[in-house]
Amino acid sequence: MAKKESLYKKRSDGRKFDEIREIKVKVGIVPSADGSAMFQTGKTQAIAVVRGPRTFHPQHMQNPEKGMLRVNYGMMPFSVWDRIRPGPSRRSEEISKVSEWALSSVVDLSGFPNAVVDVFIQIPQADAGTRVAGLNAAAMALAHAGIPMKEMISAISVGKIDKTIVVDVNKEEEDFKEGEGSTDIPIAVTSRTGDIALLQLDGKISPEELKEAIKAGKEACKEILKIQTKALKDSSNGGSNE
Amino acid sequence: MDKEGRQIVVPGETIVKGNEFLPGDNVYRDGEEVVSKRFGIVEISEKHVRVIPVSGAYYPRRGNTIIGTVVDVTFNGWLIEFGGVQNAFLPVAEVPRYINKNELREYLDFGESVIVKVWDVKSRGVDVSMKMRGYGKLEGGLIISVNPNKVPRIIGKEGSMVKLIKSATRCEITVGQNGKVWISGNSVEEELATKKIIEFIVENATINGLTEKVEKYIKSLGMKSEIEIIEKNTGEDEQDG
Repeated sequence: MAKKESLYKKRSDGRKFDEIREIKVKVGIVPSADGSAMFQTGKTQAIAVVRGPRTFHPQHMQNPEKGMLRVNYGMMPFSVWDRIRPGPSRRSEEISKVSEWALSSVVDLSGFPNAVVDVFIQIPQADAGTRVAGLNAAAMALAHAGIPMKEMISAISVGKIDKTIVVDVNKEEEDFKEGEGSTDIPIAVTSRTGDIALLQLDGKISPEELKEAIKAGKEACKEILKIQTKALKDSSNGGSNE
Repeated sequence: MDKEGRQIVVPGETIVKGNEFLPGDNVYRDGEEVVSKRFGIVEISEKHVRVIPVSGAYYPRRGNTIIGTVVDVTFNGWLIEFGGVQNAFLPVAEVPRYINKNELREYLDFGESVIVKVWDVKSRGVDVSMKMRGYGKLEGGLIISVNPNKVPRIIGKEGSMVKLIKSATRCEITVGQNGKVWISGNSVEEELATKKIIEFIVENATINGLTEKVEKYIKSLGMKSEIEIIEKNTGEDEQDG
């Protein structure tokens, strides 16, 4: 198959193909929690709150070997144009679970048997890439809560819009219908080892293109890690928990 | 590095390289590198590397003074809730007076508050004692909750800040490392004034020269401290533990 030119030549918001959206971060946005953070990329915003470690109930489900991590992801009813029904859905349960697995690979809860660390991720505003924004916020909130972690996690959604690999897709790009359409690949990378903690794929992609997409994602994650690190360090100067 | 020259690290960040360094609290070794496991300030003494957390929940350590509430009475002691992962256990033997084993509730009942010392921290829980001077059941006064990370600021260098508040309001103050503060004075007004001052300290915990600010604040409340703080607070946190 001869390689044809992609139908997606210029990004709708004028970004370069490997350019992420404008990022805003804040650590310690919920004073009463043990740790909290906000992560915003373009019009997608995520808030993560960490509570615990605290005793896990019901008692018969406790793990006497090490503590547990429990992630709860949810979109706020007003986060999109048409209202989202509050409460758990198939989609939110799935994202909670994959986020939990991704974060479990870096946190070290061996010092807290029978305890649980709760991570709540809420999306006040959604414009594609909410699970990766949620993961970025959750990693910062966990660090802010003083939970032992082997390393940090940074996440980005890589897209294949027709034949073009782009980084940090927005909703408009995600809905691209022409040619091969759009493929959305959320990817989470750990900060030290560069391991992949989360990789999902929605659409069609060839093995070569996937490799290219992962490479682009890893590059973008380095940039996000810098932003996360800076936000955390700045927060310790201007009053840690408040 | 922040403005006071302290090195702040995030989890997964390399602190130092070299096999001669010894990993201490909250750090781990990865090949040649010593890596942080928690968000906090680096402390390297000799070749011993550790990270002191700057935020997050309170973790009890041996020797800490904590204030808690009785949540359960068992056949040989009490369970104390203090804001940690697990409740602390206070055995009958660690109470400095004779107690009838059948009438534990006569001495300490549900919902009553105590000030205790952390005796032992195990993975299964915390053992506490009240067998020393200054520890025991709390009667009267009020208990307020503050951020446990701000406790060193309330205490001040060698207790200078607490001394200052005590002399101004003539209240008895006990600061628990778990972020609970017990205030007991002659009148409710004095107790509430003390509460206000402590809240002022917590709000301004990151400011340099906090002692002077607090002195001014006490004056603005219409009170006067009887002692002069000669030693100026340098803004350096006194680390507990």
